Amino acid sequence: MGTSERPPPRPGDTGGGNVAVLVEEDRISVAPQWKLMWWRFRKHKVAVSAGFVIAAFYLVALLANFFAYSDPDDSRPAQSFIPPSPIQWFAEDGTFGPYVHPLVGERDFETFKKVWEADETVSIPIQLFARGYEYKLLGLFDTDIHLIGVPEGYESESTIFLLGTDNFGRDIFSRLVLATRTSLTIGLVGVFLSLVLGVTLGGISGYYGGVPDSIIQRIIEILRSVPVIPLWLGIAAALPLTWSPTRIYFSITIIISLIGWTTLGREVRGRFLQLRHEDFIMAARLCGARDGRIIRVHMVPLLTSHIIAATTLAVPLMIIAETSLSFLGLGLRPPAISWGVMLQDAQNVQTVAQAIWMLIPVAPVILAVLAFNFLGDGVRDAADPYGG
Amino acid sequence: MWAYILRRAALGVLTLFVISIISFAIIQLPPGDFVSTALAELAESGTETADEFAAQLRAEYGLDRHIVVQYGIWMGRVLQGDLGTSFFHQKPVLEVIGDRLPLSMLVSVSALVFTLLIAIPIGIYSAVRQYSAGDHIATFLGFLGLATPNFLLALVMLYAGFLWLDVSLAGLFSVEYATAPWSLAKLGDLLVHLPIPAIVLGTAGAAQLIRITRANLLDEKRQPYVTTARAKGLSNRRAIGKYPVRVAMNPVASSVGLLFPNIVSGAVIVSVVLSLPTMGPVLLSSLLSQDMYLAGAIILLLGAFTVLGVFLSDLALMWLDPRIRHGNL
Repeated sequence: MGTSERPPPRPGDTGGGNVAVLVEEDRISVAPQWKLMWWRFRKHKVAVSAGFVIAAFYLVALLANFFAYSDPDDSRPAQSFIPPSPIQWFAEDGTFGPYVHPLVGERDFETFKKVWEADETVSIPIQLFARGYEYKLLGLFDTDIHLIGVPEGYESESTIFLLGTDNFGRDIFSRLVLATRTSLTIGLVGVFLSLVLGVTLGGISGYYGGVPDSIIQRIIEILRSVPVIPLWLGIAAALPLTWSPTRIYFSITIIISLIGWTTLGREVRGRFLQLRHEDFIMAARLCGARDGRIIRVHMVPLLTSHIIAATTLAVPLMIIAETSLSFLGLGLRPPAISWGVMLQDAQNVQTVAQAIWMLIPVAPVILAVLAFNFLGDGVRDAADPYGG
Repeated sequence: MWAYILRRAALGVLTLFVISIISFAIIQLPPGDFVSTALAELAESGTETADEFAAQLRAEYGLDRHIVVQYGIWMGRVLQGDLGTSFFHQKPVLEVIGDRLPLSMLVSVSALVFTLLIAIPIGIYSAVRQYSAGDHIATFLGFLGLATPNFLLALVMLYAGFLWLDVSLAGLFSVEYATAPWSLAKLGDLLVHLPIPAIVLGTAGAAQLIRITRANLLDEKRQPYVTTARAKGLSNRRAIGKYPVRVAMNPVASSVGLLFPNIVSGAVIVSVVLSLPTMGPVLLSSLLSQDMYLAGAIILLLGAFTVLGVFLSDLALMWLDPRIRHGNL
């Protein structure tokens, strides 16, 4: 990897005169690899914004209960299907002060639908860092402070409905925030397992070639021509019903990753095949390094960035897998809350027609998948800072 | 050429073998064999059953034998066209499935056709007019298509149809044809309903193929032979259409083999959302009611169908790419 090779000056850089070009070139030629990658990644604006989106997602996931204002499991059948009701930001005299009107439900005797009207005579102020239901912050401290809430004497469960309520009268915003935590973290175990399988098997395949390579390649080909969803469904349904939802779900992620490692496996194999014939590998071998050492010390570090890129691109697949399985009722099951579990309630068109806001969890699914894809593309482009 | 066909066929058979083992495992995994299920049902209906009778039944079905022998017996029956009995429906599995298998095939294949019809022209357009407004729109829609799980697309389309067109986009037949015997009118009705599932299922694959087509054609377009062709005065259409497009089609054709399993797989979920009379809803209901013989049979049939599709796409690739035909690859 020639850090001594100077990349040709870019046309845009010549404006600052020769000295500037030289300084710029020196800066590039002495920069370590990760710095070059970072510079290259930074230029990829879409990927950088995607990175911020993902960071925001994980921040929400980390502090889910803090961002939620209503107890996500608190079901109140009397207030089912309340439409989203935004916060009012300014009082009637124009001064700033967020508040909500309490909602009063009345049965429309022609359609038998409940119609919710705001009672504009009463205004309930919205407070920052208000007290609400109790939870453990970061799993450590008992607290009941939430980002927003209502003053004492009121309950946020029956006053704030940013994104409406579901069929059980539970607050969709609060559930969505907690679902984000589940959906974004539970797949990571599977991704990690795919990573281990992919790097190990792909590495063996690419490094040794010959018979192990043929066997692993055939296995990959077989796994890729299998219709996966029917198999997941079948296996998920065959797991004992007596297991706890989390245990079932962990088994499912393991199953998904047993099939999902093939993409990463192929990628790693390709890189190993390329690297195997490089001079420095030959030199290491002539110096008497063992295979394990060559792979660990000389090959895998070169691939780190590619592996990170491939891993980033594997996360959205996990998210979609979890959402699909839970949506069909064979993945996570209530009382667990995930995007798929929430969408399960929106399965029939009658519900959706009555309460379109039940489809709101579609938005974070698409946004998260898009963001991971863009970030992964950006990292992959940056992973090879000497090419193109 | 024959070596290639033989190799692909052998791989297909091997894949099918793996799928059959998994299907068998799915049938076997839940606690209790199917005799105990049958006995429980008999007991429920008030019939006294003796242990001897149970043992007799087990011996008859080979359930007291080693698991490998059981697999052999099951596979032997399957190969003779006997897929077992569904407990829930109390009917042979094949009867339950009925014409759902051909309808499943029809939906998957039309989704594939839709994918190719949409993706190849758009991909070519995107490559020829790189960085044009059309290219950017296609790229954006492609990313969106890739990021949207197809069952969500189905839900959104159902809602849109309900809201704006005031029709139900679900199903493959109108109400009056749903149970009617096959006729020309029913076929026409089917063709009217087919586009929705085809579009829903094909979108993600189309997005992928657009990217592949575009990338390959862009690489090919820069080759010196294209410049030469232009220099010799060929029209743009001929200079691109005659050779570069054909070369760029090879990777596209080989990715069809990878796309097809995804379509079959996605069809299971989409058909549940759109309540299509295909295999998907039956598979789901059989799994939810632990009717494992039915579920195992459906998984096996879907697997066989997929393997067949992949094999056919391999043959198509051979027809397209002379390097494979003449054994250099």
